[in-house]
Amino acid sequence: MSGFVVDSTVSSGNSSVAIPTDISGQILDLDEDDDLEVFSKDTTVTDGSSFNASMQTSPASMINQYKFEEDAEDTKDIFVTVDNPESHVTAIETYITYRVVTKTTRSEFDSSEFEVRRRYQDFLWLKGRLEEAHPTLIVHPLPEKFVVKGMVERFNEDFIETRRRALHRFLNKIAEHPIFSSSEDFKIFLTAAPGELTSYKKQGPGFLSRMGETVKAVAAAVRGVRNRPQEFTEMQEYVEAFSQKISSLDKVTQRIVREQKEYLEELKECGPTYALWSQSEEELAEPLKDVAGCVDRCCKETEEQVKNLNDNLIPVLHEYALCTDTLKAVLRRRDNIQADFEAKTEALATKKADRDTESKVLSLAWDSLVGRSPEEVKQQKQQKLKGEIKEMRDDLDKAEDRLEWANNALKSDWTRWQKDMRTDLRSAFVDTAERNVNYYEKCLAVWESFLHSQRTDAEGNGNVDFS
Amino acid sequence: QFLGGLGFVMVEKGTSLLKMMEISVAEAEKRTGKNAVNMQETYTVYLIETRPVDAASEGTNPVPDSLWRRYSEFELLRNYLLVTYPFSVVPPLPEKRAEFVWHKLSADNMDPDFVERRRVGLENFLLRVASHPDLSSDKIFYSFLTEENGWKETVFETGFQAKADSRLKALNATFRVKNPDKRFAEMKHYGDELQSVISQLLRVRARAADRLYGVYKVHGNYGRVFSEWSAIEKEMGDGLQSAGHHMDAYAASVDDILEEEEHYADQLKEYLFYADALRAVCRKHELTQYELEMAAQDLTSKKQQREELATGTIRTFSLKGMTSKLFGQETPEQREAKVKMLETQIEEGEELVKERNTECEEFVKSAWVDIERFKEQKDHDLREALISYAIMQISMCKKGIQVWNNAKECFSKM
Repeated sequence: MSGFVVDSTVSSGNSSVAIPTDISGQILDLDEDDDLEVFSKDTTVTDGSSFNASMQTSPASMINQYKFEEDAEDTKDIFVTVDNPESHVTAIETYITYRVVTKTTRSEFDSSEFEVRRRYQDFLWLKGRLEEAHPTLIVHPLPEKFVVKGMVERFNEDFIETRRRALHRFLNKIAEHPIFSSSEDFKIFLTAAPGELTSYKKQGPGFLSRMGETVKAVAAAVRGVRNRPQEFTEMQEYVEAFSQKISSLDKVTQRIVREQKEYLEELKECGPTYALWSQSEEELAEPLKDVAGCVDRCCKETEEQVKNLNDNLIPVLHEYALCTDTLKAVLRRRDNIQADFEAKTEALATKKADRDTESKVLSLAWDSLVGRSPEEVKQQKQQKLKGEIKEMRDDLDKAEDRLEWANNALKSDWTRWQKDMRTDLRSAFVDTAERNVNYYEKCLAVWESFLHSQRTDAEGNGNVDFS
Repeated sequence: QFLGGLGFVMVEKGTSLLKMMEISVAEAEKRTGKNAVNMQETYTVYLIETRPVDAASEGTNPVPDSLWRRYSEFELLRNYLLVTYPFSVVPPLPEKRAEFVWHKLSADNMDPDFVERRRVGLENFLLRVASHPDLSSDKIFYSFLTEENGWKETVFETGFQAKADSRLKALNATFRVKNPDKRFAEMKHYGDELQSVISQLLRVRARAADRLYGVYKVHGNYGRVFSEWSAIEKEMGDGLQSAGHHMDAYAASVDDILEEEEHYADQLKEYLFYADALRAVCRKHELTQYELEMAAQDLTSKKQQREELATGTIRTFSLKGMTSKLFGQETPEQREAKVKMLETQIEEGEELVKERNTECEEFVKSAWVDIERFKEQKDHDLREALISYAIMQISMCKKGIQVWNNAKECFSKM
């Protein structure tokens, strides 16, 4: 079976779930009242009535959230598993669903156990919703939609198993995340019956409003950010470098697996050759057969070891390679929010300048033609400008809030992500090293038992000096 | 009494030569000179050192006697031994050219590793000859070890080349012999099988070594990437950096591992070539048996002719018989002469058959003794080789355990 080789430049982003996230600020405007409510509540409990209730717009409430996180580790109150892939065939398509089992003691859940079936599309949807709602928080990556090279069939057993594990990790990361785990979308994902989920998915901002926001988003992106704070530039540099390293590690590990497999192919022929030889021999037949047996056992151990690398180390490295795409997107979105703020700041300044100049210039000609007194016209214009400026200032204030919130969210989540990354990669490498030690210990035992049997034979025959 | 010393050579202390002297091939050197067609060539010479056994045990360390020989002279010696002692399984020389190499190992005859392994092989050859019950007392062998100049001429003077059986003659015998000793036929078959299976093993082993090399070396990349990665991390940096060093050590360790495995391969190769020597003895038996059969057949036909002449009946077709039928019978005097000639030939024939019979019997006796000796030596040596292979594997595993335990510790500090 050929290993899955993934081109890590393929984006795992949910670009198909359309809304660009830097306009989420505008959506937030609809929920101003809820902000206050949420602020006063225990921040880990969400208000079930609004699907954006998990939105913390005040930086202060964010701090509360993260303080709580430290205790949360000992009191894990939700357990999610993904297993039992099943194939579904309809007239139009064939697809796989996975069983998602949730066990929880949280009070916002109606029951303590849930079991639903979800397909990959549903996971994509969830990821998209979380990113929309929290543009500068870091969502753990999903396994890729499809593998670019070396894949023949989507429903290959190994592929499904690898995907299942990755989906399991994805949901667990969400469940462990202080903010995502209280997301209404997450709850619906875990608990809704299939029909419910479909209709729930259909809610949300209409197509036209989404289009309008997209245009604004593109404009902001094109403008670019002018005064990016140093720490975010450092973050970006780190992400660049980390991305290279992790991608290298992914490649190196895949190469090791390939070489091991080829080694295994050759080694598999050694045992039988010794066995063949033993058939021509008399005295030597026993030791040759024993050696054949030892080589065969070492082959089995090598096979185990390769499987371990494939199942344990490679998926983790791969996920963190995908993470870097997420990190880059998050940084980009933050930049866009800042660009938007900067643009609005500039626009307001320009408008104010306009107002100041307006008071000096008298456009006499047209106004006299129209038959209005210069004073009247001036008044009207001033009123209009004042209104526009107020609107723009309000807009600007919101943009400033949005930016501050985005920056704080990112900073906190960045810390959390780094900690997580460190834990995950450390344990993956420690695990790998342990398995390698295990592998060598087993092979050692095999050869030592051979030696032992030869020694007892020889001492029995009294003819060989082993000193 | 067999001793397991001197590397993997089983040395029989009782033989005359090794009682007297220590033999070693101490060094190898490159020389340039003009060859037979007057062209410059580079070749390697090997230093053979000999020293009386007693001297060493007395505590004094006299300078050994020494002389230089090149590979072609070893070949000459061996060919001489093959012809002169056809009933002995003559120890083989190390290979002339490197075969069964895996990619990292050079196939170049001038490569220092190859030269070194050959040096060891040549020493092994000399020790084997010196410990052989029949070969060790040969004078040409002795002078090979002790007389640098004029040795070649001495060898040629023995006229051994004339005694060599032509390949054609030997092949002919193999096809036509009627009653070879069963044991020799079986031995020949065993020789074929041994050669085939060891060749296969060497090939497979070389390919596996190649692959194993790749596995270890790729881990070196971990070292590089960990090092680079540690530069951008704060808390993880130290753990990563030191883990990287262990990965480098792991990658480097494969060179020693595979070098040791080459020794094992050399031990197998020796017996691969021994298989050939074994078959040579069997072929010689076929030849002597065939020659006996030919002589016996000739004698029988002569006896028949005599009988026919005596009784006047012609049972066998002969041109002479036909012509005499056609052109008339011979005179009694002519017939008398013929009978007399036949009688002489028969006498001679009987002598020849007796001779060849004795030859054959003696050959079978001596050869079978040496074959039995060879069998025991082979079983012992190859068992030792398998054991040393296991020891090598154990050592490799222990190194692996150590490296990965160290790496694990470093990783846990990440």
